[in-house]
Amino acid sequence: MEKQATINLEQQFQDRVDQDIRIEPKDWMPEKYRQTLIRQISQHAHSEIVGMLPEGNWITRAPSLRRKATLIAKVQDEAGHGLYLYSAAETLGISRAEMIDQLHTGKAKYSSIFNYPTLTWADIGAIGWLVDGAAIMNQVPLCRTSYGPYARAMVRICKEESFHQRQGFEILLTLSRGTEAQKAMCQDAINRWWWPSIMMFGPADDASPHTAQSMKWKIKRFTNDELRQKFVDICAEQVKILGMQLPDSELKWNPETGHHDFGKINWEEFWQVISGNGPCNKERIAARVKAHEEGAWVREAATAFASKQAQKQSAAVA
Amino acid sequence: MFLLSLHLADDALILGHRNSEWTGHGPNLEQDIAISNIALDQIGQARNFYQYAAELYNANKDAYTKTFSSPAFHQVIGPIDEDDLAYLRDAKEFRNHLMVELKKGDWAVTITRQFFMSLYQQLLYSDLQYSADKRLAAISEKSLKEVHYHVRWSGEWVIRLGDGTEESHRRMETAIDQLWPYVGELFIPADFQLEAAASGQLKNPEYYREPWLEKTAAAFDQAGLAMPALNWYQKGGKLGIHTEHLGYLLAEMQYLQRSHPGAQW
Repeated sequence: MEKQATINLEQQFQDRVDQDIRIEPKDWMPEKYRQTLIRQISQHAHSEIVGMLPEGNWITRAPSLRRKATLIAKVQDEAGHGLYLYSAAETLGISRAEMIDQLHTGKAKYSSIFNYPTLTWADIGAIGWLVDGAAIMNQVPLCRTSYGPYARAMVRICKEESFHQRQGFEILLTLSRGTEAQKAMCQDAINRWWWPSIMMFGPADDASPHTAQSMKWKIKRFTNDELRQKFVDICAEQVKILGMQLPDSELKWNPETGHHDFGKINWEEFWQVISGNGPCNKERIAARVKAHEEGAWVREAATAFASKQAQKQSAAVA
Repeated sequence: MFLLSLHLADDALILGHRNSEWTGHGPNLEQDIAISNIALDQIGQARNFYQYAAELYNANKDAYTKTFSSPAFHQVIGPIDEDDLAYLRDAKEFRNHLMVELKKGDWAVTITRQFFMSLYQQLLYSDLQYSADKRLAAISEKSLKEVHYHVRWSGEWVIRLGDGTEESHRRMETAIDQLWPYVGELFIPADFQLEAAASGQLKNPEYYREPWLEKTAAAFDQAGLAMPALNWYQKGGKLGIHTEHLGYLLAEMQYLQRSHPGAQW
């Protein structure tokens, strides 16, 4: 009897998804759908927060006041994205504190791209153009994802991300029109960020176990390889405006497929970085843990003060 | 007016820079965003004051050129801009108060310094917005709106930390002890401030001492914090005699501009 009821609920749920009716926090949902979303949204939130570190790395060294202000604003936007996303995940029954704990203990993942170092100012441009560009490619379809709070958070995030991407491209454009040293800095950053950026779409479709179920639930709307191809096609054109090159000798237009062919991705590197062996994995988590621990007394003081105020107020009312 | 504008810009930039060191490392996301916002406001104020200073410099280069001895600054061809003033002067040519260049410390030091400086800027800009110098008046009026918020935000934190836990109270006491010796400099006039005061553009900063102490005492009273009894103050920032910290801050901030002379970013 109970089993039959669950099957009916699952059918109703799938019908709603198929009709593109948004799932809201109070609606019934399969436990695996809930868990998949918690995993995906919290990973996304963690990526925003960890992503603040490689870029924040250049705030105190930004080469002009305008660039400094823009970079602070950008990193600040990422903190805001983290906030929206943690809130969206909280609607699924997990607290921000639990999620942050999962990040700090390594139980939850974040985008591997942020385990690469930002070595020159041009990296800030390359992150904007390539990393934010790849993120947008992944995120625009999420504005239509089946879970309402996630979809709504993504609408706001995508608007800001596309602004960031333009800023990043503009940093590179300025460098590409600058001195020889600046041009070299620009090309070097593209060389280092290109492959990790196209890895951001995740493993190839035949090695991505969750894709089929996520597509059925409309959490995901395109496969990893579809999005990756779209990104490569766009970047292959945009890089010409910069007068730079993508570091892939096999990259070329294929008139038969209507897409660019590109070289083989080093999946060994991808899995190594994911499993903790990237250049900055340990530093990134250590920096987050340090900020959290050093902030503990501040958060405790705020809580203690708030409860004192509440007591005073209730005493005054009584 | 040139040195005054430069001094106001230096205060805003160096404090903004110090606050921006928190971006990505704040005690929680909400406060990370808040302190970054204040950093942004200050860098924006600095840009406005530098732009004005650069215009005054360019209009009367012969009079001001000897103000700076940094070789990098004198290599600039043609008119100077905000970035030349921020990135190509050496430490002894900066005229900020010593307080803003001290390390960011813990959240208590950051909050206390912000409160001290924001209170001072609030008093100063409230007058400067009526200055006969239209540009300074306009920048001050615009900045004042932001500074009101900075005073409120930092003041609330002073009270929250002072009246929070034993640890936060103790940290506030330590922060006040550390910063108090740098308070006096705010009210000791430099020559350029006396000149501006003589021409009626600005009040002598001594004038702000009493209202500043009054407002600070009121916040401390609410926070359960004692006003320090101290009558010896560190000074020299406005004359270009700084702490050891400014040199390191500038080395980091300026290195890219300095290693690529003349490049556009």
